[in-house]
Amino acid sequence: MKIISANFEKKDSHTLAVYEAGGGYAAARKALSMGGGAVVEEVKKSGLRGRGGAGFPAGVKWGFVPKGVDQPVYLCVNADEGEPGTFKDRHIMEKDPHRLIEGIIIASYAVGIHTAFIYVRGEYVFQIARTQRAVDEAYAKGYLGPDVMGSGFALDVVIHRGAGAYICGEETGLIESIEGKKGQPRPKPPFPAVVGLFRCPTVVNNVETISALPFIINEGAEKYASLGTPKSTGTMLFSVSGMVEKPGVYEQEFGVNFWEFLEKRAGGVKGGRALKAVVPGGSSSPILTADEARSATLDYESLAEKGSMLGSGAIIVYSEDVCLVRALAVITRFYAHESCGQCPPCREGTYWLHRIVKRIETGAGTMSDLDLILRVCGNMRGTTVCVLSDACAMPVESYVRKFRSEFEEHITRGGCRFPAETG
Amino acid sequence: MEKHTAATIAFDEEREARFQRTLRAYPEKGAALLPALWLAQEQFGSLSDDVLAYVASRLECAPVKAFAVAEFYTMYKRERVGRFHLQLCRNLTCSLMGSEKLRAFIENAVGIQPGGRTPDGLFSLELVECLGSCGTAPVLRVNDTYFENITIERMKAILENCRKGTLPDPESL
Ligand SMILES: Cc1cc2nc3c(=O)[nH]c(=O)nc-3n(C[C@H](O)[C@H](O)[C@H](O)COP(=O)(O)O)c2cc1C
Ligand code: SF4
Ligand code: FES
Repeated sequence: MKIISANFEKKDSHTLAVYEAGGGYAAARKALSMGGGAVVEEVKKSGLRGRGGAGFPAGVKWGFVPKGVDQPVYLCVNADEGEPGTFKDRHIMEKDPHRLIEGIIIASYAVGIHTAFIYVRGEYVFQIARTQRAVDEAYAKGYLGPDVMGSGFALDVVIHRGAGAYICGEETGLIESIEGKKGQPRPKPPFPAVVGLFRCPTVVNNVETISALPFIINEGAEKYASLGTPKSTGTMLFSVSGMVEKPGVYEQEFGVNFWEFLEKRAGGVKGGRALKAVVPGGSSSPILTADEARSATLDYESLAEKGSMLGSGAIIVYSEDVCLVRALAVITRFYAHESCGQCPPCREGTYWLHRIVKRIETGAGTMSDLDLILRVCGNMRGTTVCVLSDACAMPVESYVRKFRSEFEEHITRGGCRFPAETG
Repeated sequence: MEKHTAATIAFDEEREARFQRTLRAYPEKGAALLPALWLAQEQFGSLSDDVLAYVASRLECAPVKAFAVAEFYTMYKRERVGRFHLQLCRNLTCSLMGSEKLRAFIENAVGIQPGGRTPDGLFSLELVECLGSCGTAPVLRVNDTYFENITIERMKAILENCRKGTLPDPESL
C-alpha cells in the first residue's frame, strides 16, 4: 500500500501539475470546509503517530495547543533528518513536495496556524530548492498566502535552512535554531505546544507525519486506521541500508514480519551472508539480534516489546562479518560530537563512552571496561535536558549486553578479527 | 576573491534583496541570523570576524552572538574552504560500505588530512556525519552536490574533473 510514496515513480512528480492531475489539493479543499475541530478529530481517529522518532499521536499533540490564546500559533515541520540511517524525508521533498505542502495547509488550518516553518538540514540544498519551487507554485495558485483557496484562511510557509547540527532535529533545539540561536534544547515543561517558537504555542511535526494528512482527509480516518495494527495505523517509510541486497526507501503497512519485510522488499542480506543483527529505528535504537529480528513485527508495539523502538524507521542491517565493536565506536563518536554540551552527564558520558569503546576496538581495553560502560550508561539515562543522552546510552547498553562476547573477544585478542570493510 | 575589511563589507545588491526578504519572513529580527550568515558565507566565502561583525550590525545583535552561532554549526566556515570542498561521510552505513578506504585514498591523492586545504586552494577535506543518503553509501558531498555509491574509480574521476576546474555531473560518472 502506497500512501506517502504514491507519486514517487511518476514523471515530474514534484510539479504542481502532476500532483493536481493525481487528485492533489482536494484534501486541503475538503479540510477547509470541515472546520478545524473536525479535522483534529479526524486525525485523532486515524491513529496517526509521529514519524520523527518518538511516535507520539499527532492529533493528540495538536490538542495540547491552548485554545483562544491571544498569540500566534506556529507550525514547525521537522526536515532536519539527522538520525543516522534515515533518508526518507528527502525523498518526499524531492519527489512530492506538494503532498507536504498540502499536509501543512491541513495541519495549519486544523490548529489555527498562520505561519509554518519548514526546518531543512543545511546539506539538503537540492531538496530545499525543490520545496521552495513548490511553495512558490502554491502561492501563485492561491493555495498559500492571505486567502488560501478563497476560504479567507491565511497561511505563510517559510523554509529555514539549518547549518549542520544533529541536535537541531530535537524539537526545542530546532525552535532555538529558527530563532537564530545555537540549537541547544530547552528544558521541558513547558512543552512547545504551550511555549514554543517566539514564546508562542508551537506544533512540531516530522515531514512524513504531515505528508500522511492528505490521505487521511481524502479517504477518511477509518480507512487509514484499518491499515496496519490497532496501535500502529497506516504505513511508514522505512529507510533500509547496510548489508542488504537492495538498500532504499520502502513504504510498508505496519504489522508484517520484520525479517520477511527485509527479505521480500530489500532482498535480504547482501551476498547471501548470514544475518548478525539489525538496527531497527536509527542509530539511537537498541540493536536486535538476528533471532529478535526474525520474530519481531514491523510496528511500534512489537519493537517496544523487544526493548527497542521503531524510531525514524531507519533499518541498518549487519551481516555476520560486520564488527559490532567498530560500529559502536562510530556511533559513540557521533553522539560525542553532537552533544550540545549543556548537560554534564551527556557531555562527559558520550565522550567517555567513545573513549572506552574506541580503546576496546583498538585492542587496548580491559574486561572491567565492559561494566564501566554500563555504569556510565546508567548515569546518562533520564538525567538531562533532552534525550540525546539516552539516545547514546540505549544502543551502547544493548550492543554490550547482547553481544558481550564480541567485546570480550576484542579484549582478549587485543584487536579485531573481522575485515576492515564489509560493503 | 578580494580581501574584505570591516569598512568595505556589505551585501551586494542581489543578497541585499534576499536579506530584506528574509527579514520580512520572521517576526523577530534576530531570527534572521542563520539565513543572514548563509548569505554572508555565500558572498564572502567564509565568516571571518569582520564578516560576523557586519552581519551582527545588520541584525542589531551583539557580535558575540553571531560568533557563537557561527561556531556552533559545522556548515558555517570561519576559514575559507577549497574551491572543491570534499565532505566524506564517516557515519554508520558509510563506514560499513567502505568510507574508511575512501578517506585514505583521498588523503593520499590530494595530500591533505581532514580539516586541511591544499596550498593551491583547490581542495579541502572534511569528514562529516550522516548525510541522509545511507541507501547509496558511501557518500561524498562536494560543495553542494551529492555523489553516491562512491568507489575508488568514481572517486578518481571526481578528483580528475575537479583538477580540470569543473565539478562533474554525478549522473555522468
Ligand atoms: C537528538 C534528537 C534528534 C532528533 N532528530 C529529529 C529529526 O532529524 N527529524 C525529526 O523529525 N525528528 C527528530 N527528533 C524528534 C523531534 O524531537 C520531535 O519529536 C519530532 O520532530 C516530532 O514530530 P513527530 O511527532 O511528527 O514525529 C529528534 C529528537 C532528538 C532527541
Ligand atoms: S542531553 Fe546532551 S544534547 Fe541534550 S541538551 Fe543535554 S547536553 Fe545537550
Ligand atoms: S551514514 Fe553516510 S549518508 Fe548516512
